[in-house]
Order: sequence, then structure tokens, then C-alpha cells
Amino acid sequence: MMKIDFSGLAASAPLCGNTDELNNEISTGQKFELPIADDFDGFQREAVQMVKPAKGTTTLAFIFKEGVMVAADSRASMGGYISSQSVKKIIEINPYMLGTMAGGAADCQFWHRNLGIKCRLHELANKRRISVTGASKLLANILYSYRGMGLSVGTMIAGWDETGPGLYYVDSEGGRLKGTRFSVGSGSPYAYGVLDSGYRFDMSVEEGAELARRAIYHATFRDGASGGVASVYHVGPNGWKKLSGDDVGELHYMYYPVEPASVEQEMTEVSGS
Amino acid sequence: MTKQQANWSPYDNNGGTCVAIAGTDYCVIAADTRMSSGYNILTRDYSKINQLADKSVLASSGFQADVRALQKVLAAKHLQYQHQHNKQMSCPAMAQLLSNTLYYKRFFPYYAFNVLGGLDHEGKGCVFTYDAVGSYERVGYSSQGSGSTLITPFLDNQLKSPSPLLLPARDAVTPLSESEAIDLVKTCFASATERDIYTGDKLEILIMNASGIRQEYMELRKD
Repeated sequence: MMKIDFSGLAASAPLCGNTDELNNEISTGQKFELPIADDFDGFQREAVQMVKPAKGTTTLAFIFKEGVMVAADSRASMGGYISSQSVKKIIEINPYMLGTMAGGAADCQFWHRNLGIKCRLHELANKRRISVTGASKLLANILYSYRGMGLSVGTMIAGWDETGPGLYYVDSEGGRLKGTRFSVGSGSPYAYGVLDSGYRFDMSVEEGAELARRAIYHATFRDGASGGVASVYHVGPNGWKKLSGDDVGELHYMYYPVEPASVEQEMTEVSGS
Repeated sequence: MTKQQANWSPYDNNGGTCVAIAGTDYCVIAADTRMSSGYNILTRDYSKINQLADKSVLASSGFQADVRALQKVLAAKHLQYQHQHNKQMSCPAMAQLLSNTLYYKRFFPYYAFNVLGGLDHEGKGCVFTYDAVGSYERVGYSSQGSGSTLITPFLDNQLKSPSPLLLPARDAVTPLSESEAIDLVKTCFASATERDIYTGDKLEILIMNASGIRQEYMELRKD
């Protein structure tokens, strides 16, 4: 059975002398088993269609004068079915770095947790915090090594390190981009529209949060795969802080309150039709 | 000569439905006992529920051979944990273990749709819901399996609690008492049995609270 481990966490040499197949997995830590199939890609396609892992989303992040603003919705869909309205898509890697989740929920959850472990090991080995550049590179290298195997990850790593605020986009194709404004997911075109038109570098924290919240709200309004709760986080020099979590249904009536129609107006409408 | 493709799939779907509800000091986990393959019923008396630790119970629908293999792997890992730490695994720890175990088969998944229920360190009920490759979250209630699309909207209507992501946080505890939650579960399955061909025969319910675990059974329609 093929077992490939690219995470670098398992010991490369077995700790005990004899290595029989049965004890291997349990004692030396888990590795990824691959199916013995002639058509690996076809098998992955069918497996993905059958298990229908949860995905679909809107996430965004931008750098401005006061640091990094990160926001996301909370809906997970399996095919056309909404499997959850309360998924945590902003993952707290450590107290000063955040990661966003878009694409396969299990892929993002697992690899962000793995990244958090690697960042902590770096801190212990080097006696200083890892930079955002370094953390994003670690994740990008892992995802590149699994390129073509069907992982679906579109994530942003946002943090504050010695050089100031940092923001990188990393995906499962192996791409890694440094930037100041990103939105990822099925609702990203809608979020970009609102984000790009309202963005100014010298916004205050409240203005930045409101822009992020509106952008997520508008994406959930128009994209069926996005919805739930719009969460907004801010990353400053002292680490991240969650600023708000609002149900997008309630945000709708806050931004567009229903005007009560007057009685005379109703009567003319009826006689006119 | 064209390459021959395998006309054999390593997977099958044995159907069935699982439900779990968490309360202030209890947790209810239930699953039907029908095992099917296509239009055939293989047996009317197969338990989908497995107790992993004194405060963690797993209910899984999907492909029961994968479910059985998964249960064995988790039991072995739990035994190792007990030898190393001289205590049982807590429910949140078991939840993380299950997620990792599922993800390590990311490229050849366990076809198992899991719901993990138990009590946390404060004695409050906790329910964790999973997809087939390991993404998970803690929720107040969950349903998985062939009847989940019928049961979940009903539970949303009866139990919907404020999302844990809301800020300022709102209290998310299910206000139902233990006996009300059990009745609710029985109602869910009675209704799902009417409209889902893979759900029926018998309902097995496990109730966990501070005094321990007890089992109840209820007959369902056998057609």
C-alpha cells in the first residue's frame, strides 16, 4: 500500500526495530493512504462526487492603515444542500495570525491546523515568531506537493509581524500571491464590487469593519452558496480581535428597512390594477 | 486494444439515518437499525451506534464496512491513549481524533457520515457533526444519513438556536428537557420512516447524562 507523508511531522526512521505492517500506522503516526487504481484522477472525481465534501463561500481580507481586516460568511453547502450555517471560516492559527477557509472545508481545517503546529514548532526552534511570509510559504509548499490530487483550498493568510501587516493568498493549485486586497470564493465577485469601490487606505478600524461587513452581506445576498453569519476580524500590532458577528438576514433589514406603506397608497394600487 | 476499466466499486451505501441532540446536562443519540443495499434489506437489526469512551458515542450512517473499520481504528487509538495518559479521552478530544482519522483517508475516504455525541468536561451535552473527509464543528443538534434532509429542517424549526459565531454571543443551549428531547427524536424518526425507504424497522436511542448511559428502543414501520 502506498503511503506518502509530506507534512514532515512523522519521524523518517522507525523508532523500534521491527516494523510489521499492522503496528506501522499506529506507532509511527498516520500517513496518507492512496487507492490502488489505474485511473487515479477518475477515482478522485467519483469519490468527490459521492461523498460531496462541504464547500462554497465568500471570504475577504484587505490591508489598510490600521492593519488587516478579515471577514467571511459561515455557510457550507454539499451539492445543493446547506449542510451548515455556522461554519467557522476564519481560523485562528495563533494569536497574531488568521487564515480564511474557502473550498473544501475538511482540507482547509486540516491544513490550517497543521500550519499552526508548524508555526509553533518554528517559534520553539528559532526563539522568535514566524513571519507571515514564512507561514504562507510553508502552507504553499505543502499544497504544491499535493497538486493535482484533488485538494480544494483557497485561503488567505493574514497577520502582523516585525515588518508590519502582511497578507498572502495561497491556493491548492500551488499559487501564492502577496497583496493588499483579496476576496476568495463563489461570492467573491460580488464582494469585490463593494470592497473595491469603498476602499481607502486611511480608513479607521470602524470604517474598515463596516466596509468588510457590507461586502460580505452583498455577496451573501446574491450568491446562493454564501450565507449565515458575517464575521469580521481585525489584525493589529497586538494580534487579532473579533469585531463582530452578525446574521446576514438581520443585516439586510438593518441596511434596507421596510417602509410601512400608507393606507391611501394601498387603495390606489388596488383600483388601478 | 482499449484499457479495461474496473466495473467494481469499493463502496456501497447501506442507508440509514442518525440524529443527535445536546442539552444542558444530557445528550441523546439515535439511529435506525435497518441495513440496506440498493432495494434489498440486508437486516432489520443492525446497530449503527458505537460507544467509544465513557462520555463519547459515535453514530454513523453510510457504508457500514467502512464504519466498522473506522470504529476499530478509533477504539485502538483510544486504548493507546488510555495506556499513555491513564484516563479516558474527553468528547472534544475524541472529536478531533475522529476528524484527523477521517482526513488521513482524504484520497480514499471512509464513506461514513458521522455524528459524535457526549458530555464535555462541564457535564453539558455536546454534539459534533462531520462530513465524510473530516471537517467538523460543534453544534446543538445534528442529523446525518439518508433521512437527514427530511429531519434537519424539522429540527431547525423546533430547536434552532443562535449561531455560536454571533457577537455579542447569545446563549445557545437547547431549552428542552431530556424527556422532551427523546420524544422529539422519536417523532423525527417516525416521520422520516414514512418518506425515506432506507429508514425504518427499529429505532435505537442512547441517552447520556451524569448518571450514565441508558438505551431505549422503539419499533418503526417495517415496509
